[in-house]
Amino acid sequence: MAGTMQDVRPAAPQPDSGGRAPVPERLPRLALIGNPNSGKTSLFNQLTGLNQKVGNFPGVTVDRKTGIAQLGGQRRAEVVDLPGTYSLYPKSLDERVIADLLYNPLSPDYPDFVVVTVDASNLRRSLLLFSQLADLGLPAILALNMTDVAADRGIQLDVPVLARELGVPVVPMNARKGVGLAALRILMADRLAAAPPAGRFWQPEPALRPLLTEIRRHFDLPNDYLALHYAHQFRQLHFLSEADRTFMAELTERYEFDSTAQQAAETVGRYAHINELLLEVVTVTRTERREPASNRIDKVLTHRVFGYLIFLGILFLLFQAIFAWAQYPMDWIDQGITALSAAIQARFHGPLVRLLTEGVIAGLGGVLIFIPQIALLFAFLAVLEETGYMARVTFLMDKLMRPFGLSGKSVVPLISGLACAVPAIMGARTIESWKDRMLTIFVTPLMSCSARIPVYTVLVALVVPNEAWLGIFNMRGLVLMGLYLLGLGSALLSALMLKVVLKARERSYFIMEFPVYRWPRWKNVGLTIVEKVKTFVTQAGKVIIAISVLLWVLASYGPGQRQDQAAAQVQQQAAVQRWPALETERRVASARLETSYAGTFGHVIEPAIRPLGFDWKIGIALLTSFAAREVFVGTMSTIYSVGQDADLGTVQQKLASEEDAQGRPFFTPVRALSLLVFYVFAMQCMSTLAVTYRETKSWRWPLGQLIYMTGLAYAASLFVWQVFS
Amino acid sequence: MAAPQPVSARRTANDLRPGETAIVCCLKDPQMALKLLDMGCIPGTQVRLTGRAPLGDPLMLVLGDEEYTLSLRVSEALTIQLKD
Repeated sequence: MAGTMQDVRPAAPQPDSGGRAPVPERLPRLALIGNPNSGKTSLFNQLTGLNQKVGNFPGVTVDRKTGIAQLGGQRRAEVVDLPGTYSLYPKSLDERVIADLLYNPLSPDYPDFVVVTVDASNLRRSLLLFSQLADLGLPAILALNMTDVAADRGIQLDVPVLARELGVPVVPMNARKGVGLAALRILMADRLAAAPPAGRFWQPEPALRPLLTEIRRHFDLPNDYLALHYAHQFRQLHFLSEADRTFMAELTERYEFDSTAQQAAETVGRYAHINELLLEVVTVTRTERREPASNRIDKVLTHRVFGYLIFLGILFLLFQAIFAWAQYPMDWIDQGITALSAAIQARFHGPLVRLLTEGVIAGLGGVLIFIPQIALLFAFLAVLEETGYMARVTFLMDKLMRPFGLSGKSVVPLISGLACAVPAIMGARTIESWKDRMLTIFVTPLMSCSARIPVYTVLVALVVPNEAWLGIFNMRGLVLMGLYLLGLGSALLSALMLKVVLKARERSYFIMEFPVYRWPRWKNVGLTIVEKVKTFVTQAGKVIIAISVLLWVLASYGPGQRQDQAAAQVQQQAAVQRWPALETERRVASARLETSYAGTFGHVIEPAIRPLGFDWKIGIALLTSFAAREVFVGTMSTIYSVGQDADLGTVQQKLASEEDAQGRPFFTPVRALSLLVFYVFAMQCMSTLAVTYRETKSWRWPLGQLIYMTGLAYAASLFVWQVFS
Repeated sequence: MAAPQPVSARRTANDLRPGETAIVCCLKDPQMALKLLDMGCIPGTQVRLTGRAPLGDPLMLVLGDEEYTLSLRVSEALTIQLKD
């Protein structure tokens, strides 16, 4: 039966194949599936290396990691990495993808066979998932992973008996070290035309037979177990039509199908069978009952006092890395971009060259400069995740986060948000509860991301003296820390408020396995960095470059003849007043900018932002940085460079020499503070809004963020300027 | 539903003292039970409380003879009833 379905597939219309040429022979496809912490990611990385890409599962917003693996005998296959799961009954959004994929032979990702990774030291629980997959009738290979951990614990496994009992090939391996990989590759190549396993691990109770027969007949399904899953999950299967769902609803109603009771009975039944099977396979010889090293480490890392101290220490190290160490490579990138721009401008001239250097390359620089920070942040997070420490962090923080409506798992997105909200919001996927997840996504952009750093540093350095306070604390450092705390505080308080408004759809729970502590695998860390940097550069980069180009056009051209008229006027004046050529040139440029589209925009919104202490020039910067904050410094640099001496280099010097109508410095501490708090709160990032939409599949959330955060920014700025100026 | 035993008298996983071992008798909450069953917390399994987070919640339970650690909240531990 499964065979006939496979025959149907190539003829089925492929909606996303677009204009691509038809592939004559598609690569065989295999799916990697297993429990969380069973070493699935390691195996995926070992099999595919740098040959992997991240996409979306069709129709859903969950990441799909695929890669090309070289198998034995020069054969190749496409490997799909599925989210880690404990059973085929999904409990989170991530896991739902699995059902959508494995129950639908017409899915473009439907695998030819599955490789199930199981933790050899934890075989009982791992086999639950395997037995469900086998009963679905999927051809499978069992990758018996973490044999080293099992051996350490004195667990001996009879692999041939296990293979015989399960009816599938079993490869003992250690994916971290690459042990057993060669054997697995050869087996995979062999199994490309494999038959489904014969083993029946569990049968639905006879009373369900009439219901299952009707489902099988309606959907033309190959076995009862698949039909049973339709009965359980029809509401969540994306590929079913509305009519199919109505049919299923009526059918399950008629047969009084109790999903919860049936699932519980199935799981208990499966464990009973697995227990029997394991009696033959597993021998445990413990010479002495020594407490595992992990438990001893936990005694320290989750200690009442040391637990938090160590976590604070790690956070401190993280900050140190992002803000101090990253500075060097960031400077190199900055210098490289400037040099490139200068080299091009020295050789070529004309508006197109200016568009290239002032628009595209300037925009590109604004993106590339954050790569060191993002790479460092994700290197840190990957190491914490790899070692198993992250699970302990969520454990430590859960109680602290709960009063705010968040969970321990919200801590990771919030910390990631310090680098960039885009991957942070994607990281919220591990949170099973809908409400916890929405709250986390909503408030994450309030964490001060790295795009705010240039704004913070420029403005803080401008108005805060570089002095010590109480002899030890650097004033600038204190203000900077205050801004970060303001971001964190507002995120927590916003969650608290939203918690009251939002109605939970499902229960929040926090049942999680602690992985054993292990050394990080540097290959996994490296691949994580590459993947995240790529995501950032492409996702944020597109927007930022587009905005930079747009800004350049808006600042270079104006409506009608106004720019030319203004320029001519200045030139006339110059002739009368006998200004030197350089002065004339600057005043002409200034007049042109003021009458450009950007200048016009600035003037239009000036009445709205004057109560905040801002003028039309800042208005332009606000407008442009609504797309991405990184643009702020560039915009200020463009706008203030006109009307200044040409050799005034840095933005800071430009801003410092700006004067108000009375000839006093324009950027007073209060004005700078007003601008700073605006940047702490305002939602100025198209990429974040886009990713929030992608993750929530609703415009309500990104629109809510935009309105709420902008309102907050306006109110805070208004407060600062009106009270303190 | 079968006639309930004197349910309130049953100890739950939350009543364990640190280091104390017990056997799971039954899971009180059907929804939570599905998740717990998936994770290998089935009636008849041995559980041991190894510790709690600094603020008393969540707690760490070591499960079964294969010894793996689950973390779960007090509200969740309360649904795991123990054999006397």
